Amino acid sequence: MGVVLDRAEVSGAGAAATSSAAPLLSVRDLSVSFNDGDRWIQPLQNVSFDINPGEVVGIVGESGCGKSLTALSILGLLPLRGCKRTGQMMFEGQDLAALDESGMRKVRGRRIGMIFQEPMSALDPVFTVGDQITETVRAHFPVSRQEARERAVEALAAVGIPSPRNCVSMYPMSLSGGMRQRVMIAMALVCEPRLLIADEPTTALDVTIQAQIMDLLIELGTRTGTAILFITHNLGLVAESCARMLTMYAGQVVEDGPVADILLQPGHPYTAGLLGSLPQVRHRKSKLPSIAGRVPSAYEMPPGCRFAPRCSYVQPPCETLQALLARGARHVRCCRQDELTLPGAEA
Amino acid sequence: MSRLPALIGRRLWQLLPIIIFATFVVFSLLQLVPGDPAVTLAGDYASKERIEEIRKLYGLDQPLIVQYGVWLLHAVKGDLGKSLLSSAPVIELIAQRLPNTILIATYSLIIATLIGVPLGVLAATRVGSRIDTLVTSVASLGVALPSFWLAIILVANLSLGLHLFPATGAKPLLVDPKGALLSATLPAVALAVGVIAELARQVRSALIEVLSSQHYRTLRAKGLSPMSMLWKHGLRNVSVTLLTLLGLQVNRLFSGAVVIEAVFAIPGAGSLVAYSAINKDFPVVQGVVLVLVVIVIAVNLAVDIFNALLDPRAASS
Ligand SMILES: Nc1ncnc2c1ncn2[C@@H]1O[C@H](COP(=O)(O)OP(=O)(O)OP(=O)(O)O)[C@@H](O)[C@H]1O
Ligand SMILES: [Mg+2]
Repeated sequence: MGVVLDRAEVSGAGAAATSSAAPLLSVRDLSVSFNDGDRWIQPLQNVSFDINPGEVVGIVGESGCGKSLTALSILGLLPLRGCKRTGQMMFEGQDLAALDESGMRKVRGRRIGMIFQEPMSALDPVFTVGDQITETVRAHFPVSRQEARERAVEALAAVGIPSPRNCVSMYPMSLSGGMRQRVMIAMALVCEPRLLIADEPTTALDVTIQAQIMDLLIELGTRTGTAILFITHNLGLVAESCARMLTMYAGQVVEDGPVADILLQPGHPYTAGLLGSLPQVRHRKSKLPSIAGRVPSAYEMPPGCRFAPRCSYVQPPCETLQALLARGARHVRCCRQDELTLPGAEA
Repeated sequence: MSRLPALIGRRLWQLLPIIIFATFVVFSLLQLVPGDPAVTLAGDYASKERIEEIRKLYGLDQPLIVQYGVWLLHAVKGDLGKSLLSSAPVIELIAQRLPNTILIATYSLIIATLIGVPLGVLAATRVGSRIDTLVTSVASLGVALPSFWLAIILVANLSLGLHLFPATGAKPLLVDPKGALLSATLPAVALAVGVIAELARQVRSALIEVLSSQHYRTLRAKGLSPMSMLWKHGLRNVSVTLLTLLGLQVNRLFSGAVVIEAVFAIPGAGSLVAYSAINKDFPVVQGVVLVLVVIVIAVNLAVDIFNALLDPRAASS
């Protein structure tokens, strides 16, 4: 119990000293291009953001905005061929972008854990749960099989699996989706990473299970002081559990700031649009029930503001390139951010 | 794992009808072969009465179903009868001939696995590369090549040309292991080529599917080394495909052996069954078919058991 309290204090201090402490992860100008046979497309362009130690940061955006690509880039899990990544990703004083494959192996699973969207297919069907967690431990620590197995049991107990000793000898197929996602979380956290990337960890689950898994992630994060990068479509979940959020649109970060501020008054029309499409809003006269149009594909990016074709506040200056500019504690990529007062999500 | 005994029990029950069906079909087909065994048995210049006598003696005058029933009854007691031609006990004939066939089949299965599986892995881990294209096209060719044609090419070049291997015959493995393996090499290689091609193709496509799967990406995200990913997780995931395929290849090797044994003049079960069928020596044909069916079913049962051990999904289906 003492240990747990200690850790909670550490993380509390980290969160309080957000602005002064060095960020845990600092991504600068991350761009990713794919070679599509005869030309290069760039689905991720100059993405920059920070994550502080112990902080829970949400990334929202419609499908195809580059959220998963951002996560995969951080861990160096992009396809090996036909893919180019540029930029800088400082993590605990080390530039992940400059690490080679064997250097990245020491980071993956050990200092940065990752959970994927599909718990049904993310676990190897022909190995037991215990094997899969144990091998993760043994890939990073010189411990005996026995010791690694003990850690696996502890990790399973920590994610609330009943009778973890039985669970280690079970195959994934005999577990429900929620249980598998708990196993994924146990596996991602078993080496006590400093950062956990959760790419839509609850999307594939029942609504009732979603809340449980979310609560579990946040609880484990605060207890161990692990920062969480939480990717989702669900702004409601971000509102409940994240301190800070990033809005991504068409491969760019368009807004970045404290969740409370953004909910009150979004800085970018796209964030406002996402907030407006939240189902919980009672009064239906909201101007943006959903955002008209679709995310442009990487082949037909608008030359200026990428959101302009769908934006109801568009003006001539929007046809020029937009920069991500600081606005207090926030960053917004919109040339009209100082003129506009956008509707937030009123409770 | 508690499903395993049930699996074995179920398989053993299936064994019975399959054996009866297979032997009965072969028995009936033998009747279509031209010629009369009674005439052959009676020898040259036998009188009509003598032929009839022989026919009665061997029960050849009975209806088909009765003849089959009598054979089956004896077979159940472990008596496979005697050859109509040589009057040697069928069991003895099989004991003499079968080891040669099993040697060739096992030998070629080992060659095929040692070459086919690595080729498939090589191609799957380099999809679209020149190596992959080479393996894929050579495999398509290998599947289509008839083994007897290959056998003739091999004999012409390596035996008659270079004298590296004996062109014909077989040696007993226990008495002369080196000679036995040497004589079995060319037939085994001729049979293996098709199996290599099949293995390489199937392992390649099964492995490509695994390598692009979500759970394989999880392994990378956990920080495992590429070697442990490929040889531990990759291979274990394709092991069911591989074992099932190997089981099927055993059937294929036994049927291929008939032709290959003829080309290499090997006294094996294949040439025995071919010769006996032509001469309507039905006790021998029946005996060999029975033994082969049992072997094939036993191999498939072993495959099922290993699959169930290797993959929990196979155990439940
Ligand atoms: N291997 C690849 N080759 C080519 N393009 C790719 C590749 N992977 C991703 N992309 C492109 O990158 C863009 C962003 O994809 P990404 O998976 O990051 O979206 P996302 O925001 O996670 O969407 P979702 O919410 O549906 O998961 C997409 O337009 C996709 O077409
Ligand atoms: Mg995604």
